[in-house]
Amino acid sequence: MMNPELVLHGRVIKAGTAEGTALVSPAPISFLGGVDPDSGTIIEPGHPLEGMCVAGRILVFPTGKGSTVGSYTIYRMAKNGTAPAGIICAQSETIVAVGAIIAGIPMVDLIPIEQIATGDWVRIEDDTVYVRKSSEGPGKG
Amino acid sequence: MSHASDVRLTEEERAMLAGEAGPAVRKAMEIVVALARIYGARHLVPVESVQVAGVSYKNLGDAGLQFLREWADEGARARVPAFLNPAGMDLQRWKELGIPEDFARAQAAVIEAYTRMGIAPSLTCTPYYIGLRPAFGSHVAWSESSAVSFANSVLGARTNREGGPSALAAAIAGRTGAYGLHLDENRRATCLIEVRAPVRSIADIGALGALAGELVRDGVPYFRGLDLSWTRRPEEALKALGAAMAASGAVALYHVEGLTPEAGLPEILPADVRVLTIHDLTAGYQKLNGPLEEIDLVSLGCPHASLEELGEVARFLAGRHVRTRLWITTARQVREQAERAGIVAQIEAAGGQVVADTCVIVAPVELLGVRSLATNSAKAALYARSHSGLETRFGTTEQCLEAALTGRWRGP
Repeated sequence: MMNPELVLHGRVIKAGTAEGTALVSPAPISFLGGVDPDSGTIIEPGHPLEGMCVAGRILVFPTGKGSTVGSYTIYRMAKNGTAPAGIICAQSETIVAVGAIIAGIPMVDLIPIEQIATGDWVRIEDDTVYVRKSSEGPGKG
Repeated sequence: MSHASDVRLTEEERAMLAGEAGPAVRKAMEIVVALARIYGARHLVPVESVQVAGVSYKNLGDAGLQFLREWADEGARARVPAFLNPAGMDLQRWKELGIPEDFARAQAAVIEAYTRMGIAPSLTCTPYYIGLRPAFGSHVAWSESSAVSFANSVLGARTNREGGPSALAAAIAGRTGAYGLHLDENRRATCLIEVRAPVRSIADIGALGALAGELVRDGVPYFRGLDLSWTRRPEEALKALGAAMAASGAVALYHVEGLTPEAGLPEILPADVRVLTIHDLTAGYQKLNGPLEEIDLVSLGCPHASLEELGEVARFLAGRHVRTRLWITTARQVREQAERAGIVAQIEAAGGQVVADTCVIVAPVELLGVRSLATNSAKAALYARSHSGLETRFGTTEQCLEAALTGRWRGP
């Protein structure tokens, strides 16, 4: 990535490389029931990202919540082509970690996610996150 | 870059993680190591057995089924004894229960995928009734919440509350991270519960557990003053207590003074823990009861019924006939024992059904036209509402069976 403005180091949950524009949620995400696996759209009523599509994005959120079956939803999204390209969490838990591993989505946690805004260009390389701030100014997320 | 420098792995474990035992084992190790890292384990521990939840097609859906099939295709095989939690139907009598054909086909496919992975289709939340009783101090990876509670608390084995996929990974890797309840320091009580309310039935103990679980959340309660001299089978009472606390809270381990195997260990009850006193069970009963009179389904056997519990039901029903549906859910092996003992025939003569392989929580009861449930299980009462949208009545076994005979709930 050219001239990252910010380099953050975290902990590898699923090793790998991914890049894309960030979609940042200030609230936890539940994949079982909270995300439509066919479209990749967040459907939890009242969720800050309700109506937004996670497909192909670097999805940034504090932590997962909900049922452990949510791991299989993430897997299904990867099969459907509606999964995020990469996942960054402040603190991961079992559901999203297992989901990322079985779906093959690079994932890193222990990242200060408040330093990333929706629209930023983000690249994950194992435990390292490179961020180029959106040219449109401060993020909308 | 080393992914696992923080979790110390043996040479064999590193090879498994590197894919030398194939892609299926690699994926299982990735899951086990990632969870070990997230929860601060310094190393892994071999597990002696695994109980895998996430069997009902109602919960797994097509996404889960697809994943299980592909993992099995990749060559995933359990390397330690592993067995399944209940499914969404009785595998032999699903038609009698009214389970739709599509559901039955998908459910059979789920079990086929697990069976290919070498996981026994025991289909029960009470593996301890079919000879699977881990030894005191042994490490296991179980996932159904009442089974986890029983293994930890009543048997003194060590398991975290695994999710379905993490338990499956532990079966395929044969290991889990040494964190949480695998470690001595996390098995100590986090609060003392003084029981001052009279407890004289399985329903009372369920109401107590429903209250305690809410208070303790994911802590480790130590009960003092809990008298189980009213029952000749205290294990059944402990089974109900653990199930209720795991459903209303997330309790995976508890101690009962004078009864459970770790309660007497030094330092198990730190001097500075919070003390809670329960004087009255009314609030527990209220939490589990809706304003409901007409009952569609009476369900006993959550967690799965013992042979003795089935015998009690048969004796109560002798010479009578039920008006509602009556399910007593149990492990298939226990049903077979009950069949040989003539108990199944007695219950069926009264119009009841001894249902194996499933339970009222994981079966798709909403597809069977059931809208209201009476049960003696605090766990079933809590989950039937949240998972299946049923109205519930909760009370003693006798109250439930009376409701089955009359179709109406009598009592508070």
